[in-house]
Amino acid sequence: MKRLFSIAAVAGALACGTAYAQTADDVTKIGVLNDMSGLYSDITGPGSVVAAQMAVEDFGAKQKGMKVEIVSADHQNKPDVGTNIARTWIDVDKVDVIVDVPTSSVALAISEVVREKNKVFLVSGAAASDLTGPKCSPNTIHWTYDTWALANGTGKALVKTGGDSWFFLTADYAFGHALERDTAATVEANGGKVLGKIRHPLNTSDFSSYLLQAQSSKAKVIGLANAGGDTINSIKQGAEFGIVKGGQNFAGLLVFISDVHALGLASAQGLVLTESWYWDMNDANREFAKKFSAANKGKYPTMVQAGVYGAVTHYLKSVEALKNDEDGKAVVAKMKAMPTDDKLFGKGTIRADGRKIHDMYLFEVKKPEESKYPWDYYKVRATIPAAEAFRPLKDGGCPLVSG
Amino acid sequence: MFEIFGISSQALFGQLLIGLINGSFYALLSLGLAVIFGMLNIINFTHGAQYMMGAFAAYLLLQYFGISYWWSLLIAPIVIGFTGVLIERNLIAQLNSSSKLRTVVFLGSTAALFLLARPSFGPTLGLAVATAGGFAVVEAWAYFRPPSESAQHVDHLYGLLLTFGIALIIQGVFRNYYGSSGLPYRVPDQLQGTQNLGFMFLPNYRGWVIAVSLVVCFATWFVIERTRLGSYLRAATANPALVRAFGINVPRMITLTYGLGVALAALAGVMAAPIYNVSPLMGADLIIVVFAVVVIGGMGSIMGAILTGFGLGVVEGLTKVFLPQASDTVIFVVMAIVLLIRPAGLFGRST
Repeated sequence: MKRLFSIAAVAGALACGTAYAQTADDVTKIGVLNDMSGLYSDITGPGSVVAAQMAVEDFGAKQKGMKVEIVSADHQNKPDVGTNIARTWIDVDKVDVIVDVPTSSVALAISEVVREKNKVFLVSGAAASDLTGPKCSPNTIHWTYDTWALANGTGKALVKTGGDSWFFLTADYAFGHALERDTAATVEANGGKVLGKIRHPLNTSDFSSYLLQAQSSKAKVIGLANAGGDTINSIKQGAEFGIVKGGQNFAGLLVFISDVHALGLASAQGLVLTESWYWDMNDANREFAKKFSAANKGKYPTMVQAGVYGAVTHYLKSVEALKNDEDGKAVVAKMKAMPTDDKLFGKGTIRADGRKIHDMYLFEVKKPEESKYPWDYYKVRATIPAAEAFRPLKDGGCPLVSG
Repeated sequence: MFEIFGISSQALFGQLLIGLINGSFYALLSLGLAVIFGMLNIINFTHGAQYMMGAFAAYLLLQYFGISYWWSLLIAPIVIGFTGVLIERNLIAQLNSSSKLRTVVFLGSTAALFLLARPSFGPTLGLAVATAGGFAVVEAWAYFRPPSESAQHVDHLYGLLLTFGIALIIQGVFRNYYGSSGLPYRVPDQLQGTQNLGFMFLPNYRGWVIAVSLVVCFATWFVIERTRLGSYLRAATANPALVRAFGINVPRMITLTYGLGVALAALAGVMAAPIYNVSPLMGADLIIVVFAVVVIGGMGSIMGAILTGFGLGVVEGLTKVFLPQASDTVIFVVMAIVLLIRPAGLFGRST
């Protein structure tokens, strides 16, 4: 009896394997792939899925008769996990576009997979400027920001105001290396010096030993070429070791509003950072932020999540115009041909190398007494116009451009 | 100043001191684990989650009750230790019981309360409330219907799996509710500032951490190895039936020992809150390293865990100077070497 039952159970389990995802492919499937549970999950995470859903709703897909579905997954900041998910999504689940993907090593890997399968890749979370440089692809568009823009914004501003000797604390993977390389180049181009650098493993909790080395280097600026929990820990422990009191400055090369929220204004005040979007800059952003936070446990949107909204909106417009979502290269070419216009980033363009162009802003974190309401964290120090904000097209080394 | 391997002695001494400070965290955490494993033969994977709960308890006490760091040092370990006691009595000890009725009562009442609590509290908070209610129900039930004796013994692996599962649930609940970026917690005013030691600036708080660790580690070792209560504990694990024949309540000793181990983890959590990011993932990052420390020190040895904790903190600190990229992995390399040469660990007795 027991044997019969177990045979029946095995047969039942095997039968399940024969049911494939039945998509007649008039469905446009959007895959939001990011870090749902680790150190970048507040920057991207479930919030990006909310942003994508809001983009689909605001686009009015239902009214226009387009069937749009959103799926999401956690790549755990591991390139192998990310590429597996991407392949399964494209081969089995008929996903047409992959969006977000923080963690540059994962993004670079997925860019190759998407190129191979001729789908579309819209990067909002990852930073490495290589995505529109030597590793550019006709299937990839790099949206919200990149390491060159950050280096150009924060790095240049700090060197011009006297921070001419730098020491880097770098996350030891693709993103950290890219950010350190781009910022070092900016610093040296503007007359500064790089005194040293340390590479630390991703997701380090204790920076005391590295901060000690940074202190003894006597550099005027300690550049944090890391993100998320690593940056928060560096700044928090830097305050403990009296880095700022001792006359050195922290340069948060990649800081998000979620990081400032976690640090608290007392620790983060005075930090100078570069971002491409802030919720409190105009009424459209404020309205979006209120709707977003209601759906996202009260957390306000980061620029990455706003970037997902903008990217999905422009993608849907292009697919509607082209009436086809199968050929990735064609959709991306259409996206580059159409100028962008969404309520969050305003008007902009996408270059031949896949780089989305818009203004960048230099922000400074407010002091606790200057903050009047929840999430009121930034004041605008300067606007970097779109034409100057990103690496010049000819300097990237992208084969699509020179070829 | 002279140079060693290309870095000045000044910098080296600074790094050694930093290494000792990190080592004191490892020592405090691995002490709790070693106590639980050495005394109770339970592999407590929930240790990291309980460390995280201690840090969160400190944050919540400050946020909602205005209770300062100093009182949190006392209150948080007691509260989290109490939750540890509940977990031990109702989940871990039930592995060895032949009647699963108590487990069924607990799970059933938790599930029922969750269905009731979810609409008003939401899924995450509802689960927490339901679990608390479930514990209350099952404790009341056990009070009025005392359980019968059972002498079944299951493989230690079940304890490992159970505590691992509990750790994942606790971490998931906290992460769902609080996100992963963490929450701010400031160094208390009395401990702010730095001391100029000549070769480095030592933050006062870090000096405090070393002092507390040394005191707590020594006190725990003393209680277990040199007092009568400690001797009862050690005897109760070595030969429970005989010790019970002398009239000592062995299950209660076991429960209190588990509670003590958990309280040590929570204490480490409170001490970590001002300097490390108070985030739901803080335990997961640290627990693997702590397990490696306990394995190297020898799973049953208290003194071994303490000495290895400090020692490995120094090793990791030196690695951060000479080869920072390897600082994550050096402890596991050491563990592999030690296990090849002395499988029972440096100070362990082979069982």
